[in-house]
Amino acid sequence: MEFAELIKTPRVDGVVLHRPFLPLVEGTLCLTGHHLILSSRQDNTEELWLLHADIDFIEKRFVGSSGTIIVKCKDLRIIQLDIPGMEECLNIASSIEALSTLDSVSLMYPFFYRPMFEVIEDGWNLFLPEESFKDLESMTDEWRLSEVNRDFSICPSYPPLVVVPKDTDDDTLLKVASFRHGGRFPVLSYYHKKNGMVMMRAGQPLIGPNGRRCKEDEKLINATLRAGKRGYIIDTRATAVAQQAKARGGGFEQEANYPQWRRIHKTIERYSVLQDSLIKLVEACNDQSHSMDRWLSKLEASNWLSHIKEILTTACLAAQCIDREGATVLVHGTEGTDSTLQVTSLAQILLDPSCRTIRGFQALVEREWLQAGHPFQHRCAQSAYSSGKLHGEAPIFLLFLDCTWQILRQFPCSFEFNENFLVLLFEHAYATQFGTFLGNSAAERSATLKLPQKTVSLWSWVNRPQEMEGFVNPLYEPNSLVIWPSVAPQSLQLWEGVFLRWNRSSKCLDEAYEEMVHIIEYNKELQKKVNSLRRQLAQLETEEI
Amino acid sequence: MHYPFYGWLQHVEQVRLLDRFSNKSTTGTLHLTATHLIFVESNSTSAQEIWILHHHIASVEKLSLTTSGCPLVIQCRNFRMVHFVVPRERDCHDVYSSLLRLLRPESYDELYAFSYNPKQNDRQREEGWQLIDLAAEFERMGVPCDQWQLTDVNRDYKVCETYPRDLYVPITASKPIIMGSSKFRSKGRFPVLTYFYQEKKAAVCRSSQPLSGFSARCLEDEHMLQAVSKANPNTRYIYVIDTRPKLNALANRAAGKGYENEDNYSNIRFQFVGIENIHVMRSSLQKLQEVVGTRALSVTDYLVGLENSGWLRHVKAIVDAAIFLTRAVTVEGASVLVHCSDGWDRTAQVCSLGSLLMDPYYRTIKGFMVLIEKDWISFGHKFADRCDQLDGDPKEVSPIFTQFLECVWQLTEQFPQAFQFSEWFLIQIHEHVHSCQFGNFLGNSQRQREELQVKEKTHSLWAHLLSGQQNYLNPLYCPSYGYTNPVLEPSTLPCHFKFWRNMYHQFDRPMHPRQSILKQALTLKENNRELESIAQNLLLTPIFLRVEACPPAPSVSLQKLQNRKEVDGDRTVEGGSATENGYGELPLSCGSKPEPAMVSLEFGVARMTC
Repeated sequence: MEFAELIKTPRVDGVVLHRPFLPLVEGTLCLTGHHLILSSRQDNTEELWLLHADIDFIEKRFVGSSGTIIVKCKDLRIIQLDIPGMEECLNIASSIEALSTLDSVSLMYPFFYRPMFEVIEDGWNLFLPEESFKDLESMTDEWRLSEVNRDFSICPSYPPLVVVPKDTDDDTLLKVASFRHGGRFPVLSYYHKKNGMVMMRAGQPLIGPNGRRCKEDEKLINATLRAGKRGYIIDTRATAVAQQAKARGGGFEQEANYPQWRRIHKTIERYSVLQDSLIKLVEACNDQSHSMDRWLSKLEASNWLSHIKEILTTACLAAQCIDREGATVLVHGTEGTDSTLQVTSLAQILLDPSCRTIRGFQALVEREWLQAGHPFQHRCAQSAYSSGKLHGEAPIFLLFLDCTWQILRQFPCSFEFNENFLVLLFEHAYATQFGTFLGNSAAERSATLKLPQKTVSLWSWVNRPQEMEGFVNPLYEPNSLVIWPSVAPQSLQLWEGVFLRWNRSSKCLDEAYEEMVHIIEYNKELQKKVNSLRRQLAQLETEEI
Repeated sequence: MHYPFYGWLQHVEQVRLLDRFSNKSTTGTLHLTATHLIFVESNSTSAQEIWILHHHIASVEKLSLTTSGCPLVIQCRNFRMVHFVVPRERDCHDVYSSLLRLLRPESYDELYAFSYNPKQNDRQREEGWQLIDLAAEFERMGVPCDQWQLTDVNRDYKVCETYPRDLYVPITASKPIIMGSSKFRSKGRFPVLTYFYQEKKAAVCRSSQPLSGFSARCLEDEHMLQAVSKANPNTRYIYVIDTRPKLNALANRAAGKGYENEDNYSNIRFQFVGIENIHVMRSSLQKLQEVVGTRALSVTDYLVGLENSGWLRHVKAIVDAAIFLTRAVTVEGASVLVHCSDGWDRTAQVCSLGSLLMDPYYRTIKGFMVLIEKDWISFGHKFADRCDQLDGDPKEVSPIFTQFLECVWQLTEQFPQAFQFSEWFLIQIHEHVHSCQFGNFLGNSQRQREELQVKEKTHSLWAHLLSGQQNYLNPLYCPSYGYTNPVLEPSTLPCHFKFWRNMYHQFDRPMHPRQSILKQALTLKENNRELESIAQNLLLTPIFLRVEACPPAPSVSLQKLQNRKEVDGDRTVEGGSATENGYGELPLSCGSKPEPAMVSLEFGVARMTC
């Protein structure tokens, strides 16, 4: 298919662009295969380049012979284009609609994007499972790297290499895979160096209505327990939901078969509920009416902060079991690709200081989200302005980023990255020139789409020193301790950097941030100066003697 | 430890202090002195002390006896809430009845301010009272001038006993006009100048409501408003802002009070702005406190409770009114008269907040003191009644001033570089408005303070705050911000108003961020100053001088630089225990591990200085 077929009117002059808190821009609108461009064609003026993939929804309005298109983006921004000429407007609108909803992944921009920078460190090779296993091996010999899924046949959503208990052979894994949802047998998610405790994740056990059991499954997870110690199974679903799952062939680990485990149910909502919550929240944030009561009741009705609290609480619980109780933990929900990953990744941020560094956080996203098979393509196909029938879209990853932001706010000196880095990941998960977040699983990414060969990794770009500069937290001082955030509602806040980003002028806040950076840099400079003066002084003194 | 000289009245051992939001408790000794209730934690390395000033106690409640002892719940005006369990009921009852006797004195001379002695000599004490000079403040605004003058009508508090002695009125407002106007206004509070916007010669005036009833007129009062209008060359009209909801103002008419009839006053533009009265505000904050004091609060209950309390709605209404005032003055260049019923609650809120938006001076530490001194203290906000200093009418108590401080805080959140002070300054002022430790806020009016001889017998809070001002600085403050942005234009979209956790939960440590950006930045800035002087001094050491041939200077101890490392040491913190935060249903065996050090958020907020 040629993009040209979809573009009936490639260019319109005299288009007026309205954006909140910015002056109007009048200029020429151009449509290309992947971008909507608006340029006033004067020097020194900013041009708008918008990826079609970033467009969530458009609205058309007509007044007389001219039309208006309201473009609602996946990053939650809303812009308005006034287009002279009814026909042009209609053509532009239908082109945008077609180009922003392309079916084929291989037509997406990342496959056409050629970087304007030299790739020094290829992000695709940055976080290889073999490498991270070497680290694990240096701490413990109780685990092994299994290739049982090398052709993705055992579990299509797992990567080719997974870490499993040493004494569990691949045949056992095969059997266990058939007992777990989506073939997601329990694998190692995190090893707590401090006390040797581990966190595993899996899909739900398929016990079904008759309470089927699988000896191999029991053996596998029991192999991770210390003698005489109990483990905790954290089921991210409410008890009732887990019960109902039995009727559909799923279920939970029954006490009788897993006597060494204590099961705890938490209530993290399913993805459709979460998508609904996002839509309501963004609608509340965009409501320009000035009634306080209306705002608070809409914020409450969106339930977004309740979800944040529940996810954080569950992650804290998992961390508590591992660090305070010295117990092994297994986390799962239904599929093990959504709420499970929220919990395991957040727990690691609490427990493991390295996850609070920039590289460490990238590795965490790579390991616990991309490799672990979070279906990014499905979940991020539409954002808060989606309407009509949804196909598994949900802000699972955004909730994870929001929870991370909440922890960052409570420990502003313990993270190497700043809020902008989290916002960046949010943007690129939804629309991007990079291949990192395309596809739904490792299988799709490497085998089907061949992303490492055909696209550029986000990490290749972001890790360049000149880009990294904007994402470094100037207050960072490594904190080797486990961090315990408060989950009281009074301690949680709406993430303004994402949800009010386009509804406020951030000038004052940006300037304040700059001042903060300045204070810190000046401090470093002074330290250097004083040190060098002291050296000089010492030298002069020795010379005198 | 440094106890007041009275010594002990009473002390009880083996008292347990229960944490408000978790199941944790600590054991210690409870001491009762003439001024404080003190809890000293026993057998702990970091023996925690809690000092509660009797004046801070809003209520004491003795709950029914339990197996572990007799619970005593104390709620404080600075939003501290403590729950003691005293082993023997008899002891509990003794403490309880002593507190009841002590917590609400019947006469002013029993207030702490009259016994508080910070070891200063009289000269220092007097200098403290001279720090703020309102005549100089009016001069700074450019008053007196060709249109505004100082009047001596109230020199002896004869015209209005709740106003200060010195008042500024239009040149054309003669004494008979003033006298006439004052007779037509509630409590004699006639229109006077409170802020002069020099750039446009526009005035902000304040008064109480007119006694207009359904049809009464007063020519002098009409003249008075005309005089205010004529003093401003920009516009032929003035705004009259009635800060009450229209319904309340209408109801007042039946009592012979009310609001200005636009037909009788030439060229006024009348506007209601709908801020609720003291009773609504009191119950609103009570509801808010109940909600946020709930254990294991859910997000839903929190947000619903926040909405039902109406607190943020009221805060927004005040900010909205201040913005309306500011626009009228700075954009249109019009003069404005602000009033409510008596003109000492909502009027004070709106006038002072409006001035703060218009004039960068009020956003400095000193300027903010001046603002409070002018619009609140001198114009007779009834601190004694509103803050319940003596055993008075509970219906007169209301958090009007607290609300003003919160409005200011909301602005500091939107404009992080515009204010010289941080929120700790606001919280500290709040602390002392209720502590009755300093003379500034005693009584209900200037006249009363003179009768009480506060300047002779007590100390001034402003001197105390200025001496510790490095603790209240906003490290991000940009002094030139006021030149580039003289007038602040805050957003009043509801989503930009936040719950002020550091005020209402100031003593609930687990709820706060575990690391404070504010404190970190303050430390760095102070460290920068030290480094600058170290570098300066190093350059001046004799050995350098011989090389570079400069005049000699003393060398400096380099020890200071090492201090920085120590400060950093206590910053890396773990932040509470998991159980404290109540994550889950795990019966975890916690407490075997010592509690890690935690960043202290309070800058002397908790500790009284004795």
